[in-house]
Amino acid sequence: MSIWEYANPKRFMQTSAWALPWAVGLTVALLVTGLVWGFFFTPDDYKQGSTVKIIYLHVPSAMMAINAWVMMLVTSLIWIIRRHHVSALAAKAAAPVGLTFTLIALVTGALWGQPMWGTWWAWDPRLTSFLILTLFYFGYMALWAAIEDPDTAADLTSILCLVGSVFALLSRYAVNFWNQGLHQGASLSLDKEENVSDVFWQPLVICIAGFILLFITMVLLRTRTEIRARRLKALLARERVA
Amino acid sequence: MKALLLRDLRLAFRSGGGFGLGLAFFFLLSVLVPLGVGPEGGTLGRIAPGILWVGALLACLLSLDRIFALDHEDGSLDLLATAPIPLEAVVAVKAFAHWLVTGLPLTVIAPGLGVFLNLPPGGYQWLVLSLLLGTPALSVIGAFGAAVTVGLRRGGLLLSLLVLPLYVPTLIFGGEVVRRGAENMALATPLALLAAISLGAAALLPFAAASAIRVNLR
Repeated sequence: MSIWEYANPKRFMQTSAWALPWAVGLTVALLVTGLVWGFFFTPDDYKQGSTVKIIYLHVPSAMMAINAWVMMLVTSLIWIIRRHHVSALAAKAAAPVGLTFTLIALVTGALWGQPMWGTWWAWDPRLTSFLILTLFYFGYMALWAAIEDPDTAADLTSILCLVGSVFALLSRYAVNFWNQGLHQGASLSLDKEENVSDVFWQPLVICIAGFILLFITMVLLRTRTEIRARRLKALLARERVA
Repeated sequence: MKALLLRDLRLAFRSGGGFGLGLAFFFLLSVLVPLGVGPEGGTLGRIAPGILWVGALLACLLSLDRIFALDHEDGSLDLLATAPIPLEAVVAVKAFAHWLVTGLPLTVIAPGLGVFLNLPPGGYQWLVLSLLLGTPALSVIGAFGAAVTVGLRRGGLLLSLLVLPLYVPTLIFGGEVVRRGAENMALATPLALLAAISLGAAALLPFAAASAIRVNLR
């Protein structure tokens, strides 16, 4: 049993059909628990007041916005190297989800920044690199939409994803050239002594797990839709020939 | 390869094509900005490095789709793909030709436009040097974008959408070099990084562009 078995669309459809209800259930449970806990049962921060609670949306979505691109990079590589169609379709399916996470992170950041920093937007390195990430998502999706032949589209978008990743990383460090900016450093990390206080930390981890599952659920769902659309197209084409 | 280079240059100069267009655009932009911002010298001087770099970048963008689109339309791209020289070399030569007809003239006229924008005296040499080092990256990255979109009917707008995010690091470092030069600050780091982007892009992107063309010609 290897992971490459799921390169077979039929096998992928079977397994994902079994996994999807579990993923949906777990996503809902985790998100409801995490968000309700975070919004209603944590104390206000002594400096930021209740605005601190936006962390439960902002941090997980920002994490997933980047991870979604990494996942697209991996699936694009798999498509280029082994030419498994499910992989290319998963990359296609992940892009709009990643874009949505990016936009959520930007919007919640702006909502929080207005009362805290006194501004909706600042040309801070982190904010700017997220804006650039949005542009990359738009370009990637536009290229998918522009090409009719599915294999050509998968090839070209994969090449774009590889090149884009290098340049996205470059931009991330290029914007560091300006001053440090307004955005605070990471408040969660595995190798640091002092993290955010436990009262905030526990619901935050649940929310992060919920967002990861939300991403998996959405990608499974969208990949299934793509596969079905592909099958429908093949059926219609066969009917026209017959 | 020399023949290909000469052919591209000849086509660019003769067919009433994009050669002058980018320069004219650059010129117009540098004239329009002071009209829009107002003639106050201090403000203009402060934004001049950024405006000049953005202008050069947009002027470069204007002529990108010509790198491969015309050859694709009349079928000579297929011939080039089957030619004895590797497609990667074709891409590199065409990007170089594009740089010779856009990047280099832009670099040459940029100091003149700097006068319009009241660029501080310390900035001129760095403006020229940064454009000289940075515009090759613009041409090569643009050639990659043009290669990806060559098979599309309305590739023009998509091309800008794909290429602009890729231009971000070049623009940041380029603008930074001129800004620091104008303010007499140390600028070795952004200058070295700018050169690194150009060299890295010129070394690696022709391979990506060539594989994109192969996909498009399939």
